[in-house]
Amino acid sequence: MTLDAVKAGLLLFVAAVLQASIMPSISLLGAAPNLLLVTLLSIALLRGAVFGALCGFFAGLLLDTATLGTLGLTSLLLTVGAYWIGRYGETTGRDRFHAPYVSVAVVTVLYAVGALALHFMLGDAVSARVVLVDALVPGLIFNLILTAPVYALVRRALPPRDWSAERSGEVSLLG
Amino acid sequence: MAVLGSPAQRPNAQHSSSRGHGPLKRRLVVGVLVLASLALITVYFREAQGGVLHGAQSAGETVLRPFETGAERVARPFRDAYGYGKGLVDAKSENTRLRAEVDQLRQQVIQNQTALQENIHLRAALGYLDSPRFPADYYPINARVIAQPPSEFEQQIVISAGSANGVPANASVVTSDGLVGQVTLRVARASLVVLLTDASFAVAAKDLGSGAFGILRHGQGTGSLVLDRVPKDKVVQVGDTVVTAGSQLGSRLPSSYPVGIPIGRVTSVGQSDTDLYKKIQVQPFVDLGALDAVTVLASRKPVPHLP
Repeated sequence: MTLDAVKAGLLLFVAAVLQASIMPSISLLGAAPNLLLVTLLSIALLRGAVFGALCGFFAGLLLDTATLGTLGLTSLLLTVGAYWIGRYGETTGRDRFHAPYVSVAVVTVLYAVGALALHFMLGDAVSARVVLVDALVPGLIFNLILTAPVYALVRRALPPRDWSAERSGEVSLLG
Repeated sequence: MAVLGSPAQRPNAQHSSSRGHGPLKRRLVVGVLVLASLALITVYFREAQGGVLHGAQSAGETVLRPFETGAERVARPFRDAYGYGKGLVDAKSENTRLRAEVDQLRQQVIQNQTALQENIHLRAALGYLDSPRFPADYYPINARVIAQPPSEFEQQIVISAGSANGVPANASVVTSDGLVGQVTLRVARASLVVLLTDASFAVAAKDLGSGAFGILRHGQGTGSLVLDRVPKDKVVQVGDTVVTAGSQLGSRLPSSYPVGIPIGRVTSVGQSDTDLYKKIQVQPFVDLGALDAVTVLASRKPVPHLP
């Protein structure tokens, strides 16, 4: 658990630094890839809801600090998104090849809508057209492209648990 | 892809951080995190810029800045290569367009040279009144800094020249490196100068690389500046120089700063999907923490007021 937390912390720290410094410069059609979101969802998918939610909270704090954004805003979005995907990973998402792609696609859309709503409520100058029409599709494509390598990397750092250990406690049918 | 082909195994029921928790505990944890996030947003939003959360964020940003700078330096060659490759795609069509533009501009240069000569003669003939231009239309009043900023929250200095020395109200204060701030209070032999990094400071500024206009103001990090209100379609690059923009057409109030005073260099350019404008951080040219002497710019001509 502790080792997992350290590994996840390192992955998220690197992702947050890259997200704050480099990713905005790789923009195309007004959108940039969200490396932090993809990394976090991969962790949540592999380690479950509570671990994902905790990671989301601290990843959001890190990004808000690095970009001098409203503290807590990204935390809220990432906490909820990671918790949901963590539950998906624990239940129906397990053993599914498409689980990382579906998770990233759905949360990218919901993240955009959620961020728009929160910024609107805070009185920030936001444009629904820019967020939901101009930037959403390119951002979604960017994130889906990132999903394969990032998920592979996260899976290597945080490998799924050994199934045999779980099976050993189960009752097997004879015959 | 091979990794993705393999099933995403479910975490162990006994060891998983999540599945080991009951539904109540799980919901409790996420509820606490959501409430903590909402509390952070509320406090951060309502507190002053010198508040606890802003201070903590500023400190955190200072810690993170070297990592961001390092990452940016490592990525720069790749980013340049990406930009080069991206440029090659459009190179052929751009080449054709630019050749046509060069032909057109060549004709314009000839016309402009003729117009310039005419302009000089006509100005002389009419006695044309122009607005002051930096640096030709300003004379310097050199002064010593006699009081440094008392704290991080009061970005002001006191200089040894005042109204008796000819310091005008709201005069710009510079060094050889660039803009320092503005005179806000004058007494006979001293003046109070608000520095660029003060929370109350703002100046119309222009990015020389892209020609984008914006409002330069105090950033949230210590000593950092933010160029705000720059549309996302403007291509602002890290390393671009930012200068004062002077009065803009359509603005209600004239800028008290002359055009073209260097302010700083762009250190980071960011944007998020939800923002209308770019997030541009600017590092001032002047080391505001080590000011010994400054120059107050006094105009030789009266500054015009916009209608």
